Amino acid sequence: MFVSCDGSARPDFKDFTLLMPAVSVGNIGQLAIDLVISTLRMTKVGYFYTDCLVPMVGNNPYATTEENATELCINAEVYAMPPKELVVLQIRSPFIKNKYRHFCETLLSWVKSCRFAKVVLLSSSHAYQRNDHQLRTTSLRYLLSPAVPKPVQDLMQRLNWRELERVAAFPGVNDDEKVFHIPGGGITKLLFTESCSKGIQMVVLLKFCSEGDNIPDALVLADYLNEWLQVTTYQQSGCSSAQSSKWKMPSSWKLLFGSGLPPALF
Amino acid sequence: MATFFGEVVAAPSRAGVDEDDEDEALAREEAPEDREIRLELEKKREVHILWNTAFSATIESSSDNPFPCSKFILGVGQNAAAFLSSFVLNSGDWEVVGSIKLWNEWSRTSNTTSVLPTDSFCLFYRLIPDPTVLLCQCTCFVAEDQQFQWLEKVFGCMQKTDLQVAVLSTSSITDYKTLESTLTISSPFLKVLKTKEFKDNICCSLLEQPNIVRDLPAAVLSYCQVWQIPAVLYQCYTDIIKLDMVTIETFKPVLSSKILKSLVKDISRNRETLVKLMTTTEINNIYT
Repeated sequence: MFVSCDGSARPDFKDFTLLMPAVSVGNIGQLAIDLVISTLRMTKVGYFYTDCLVPMVGNNPYATTEENATELCINAEVYAMPPKELVVLQIRSPFIKNKYRHFCETLLSWVKSCRFAKVVLLSSSHAYQRNDHQLRTTSLRYLLSPAVPKPVQDLMQRLNWRELERVAAFPGVNDDEKVFHIPGGGITKLLFTESCSKGIQMVVLLKFCSEGDNIPDALVLADYLNEWLQVTTYQQSGCSSAQSSKWKMPSSWKLLFGSGLPPALF
Repeated sequence: MATFFGEVVAAPSRAGVDEDDEDEALAREEAPEDREIRLELEKKREVHILWNTAFSATIESSSDNPFPCSKFILGVGQNAAAFLSSFVLNSGDWEVVGSIKLWNEWSRTSNTTSVLPTDSFCLFYRLIPDPTVLLCQCTCFVAEDQQFQWLEKVFGCMQKTDLQVAVLSTSSITDYKTLESTLTISSPFLKVLKTKEFKDNICCSLLEQPNIVRDLPAAVLSYCQVWQIPAVLYQCYTDIIKLDMVTIETFKPVLSSKILKSLVKDISRNRETLVKLMTTTEINNIYT
């Protein structure tokens, strides 16, 4: 359930784009969302109050000054940027067992009631489960629900993007029946199939990855998103490393691999 | 991450759904048998709040309205509960008004309100001279799927206007992230997190990013943040998990906070109670 920050009536998100992560392998979606919120300096407008996520609290992950560092943040928060017609839902904790389905239902009914134009889901999938063809090509894929209008499909083709391949449901037995297989993608598949059946415009952007330091993956996924949606105005063609540098990493991305080492070690 | 079958396992993967089987299960419709088992389990894991007959009568007399509550103090874990026992409950007239009944892989609370300090329990006390002050000691494990229920049940029966919440909790120093090694920083120490509405002074430094707090204290603080209730969490980082005198005394600065100041009058006897509490809970080995 959406609860606004100041207790006021729900803000008007009609025709806005909802950008959100799937809690998936390497947390790439969540990291990329962090980059978007932090780079655009988006303002928090509310919370997605739910019993489906593990509770967590901490101080402002996007702190820039000492004053705004003391703002409490919780497991699911909504940020908005009306000039760009963009709403971002950040999820900061894993799902509670058996609650995925309930979460998807609540989320999609919120999407419907707010009349969002479309939902963009940032996700990832296990790199080790790629097939031969996928191994030889780029690690980025997209998926569009049938409700997504033709111009978006055309644009993606123009950008030379690759749609996620369907794989045989029963390889070797029946190669005709093909399904989406997104291992490690968390709720991606469920959310996508539900959106398809409910007529919601959903765009899934995903990257094949392995767990480890996933910051580079997150930067690549954020660039992928930007190529299409152009959330950050600064555009530079060509070198991808130069492109990545325009993203502002949030202050909370420090100590990702634990505390300092005891000096006695050396 | 706790599972339903008693064992606690560290999440092996940061993938949203741990196993491929679950991926499949997600997309598939649930079989009737699975559904039945799930519902049975859910029923067994329901959280119940049991008020004493006298107290429930007062709640009901206020015609199923939530009862007025000005302060809610919650101690999570043995050390925080012991601190509240020896410093707060001990220095005023309090009565037990209720308890939480829950079942999970780690904790089974009993129906009785007479408990030993070593039991796992969740008890509610009310200050006799000012019945709007409620205190809760929670030493039982509240599982992830039960924390939301706990919140809804407990806060559901309180009036939330003019409510102030304080939470005391401990966690392991290994959970604390800092540029230094945790071996070189002196422990135990106290850190604080507060909701937007909380405007009073705090008696120690704020918990720095990227540190986070989980479980019941986090659930309570999230609830208060979302519903705009002033709340503060005092989190003690310690290297001793069991009941420990030094850890308990780390909470002492909290006594001067606005919410507790008026409740603590006489702390001369606290040391005595604390020692008594420690000796009764000490687990003797076979040689003593």
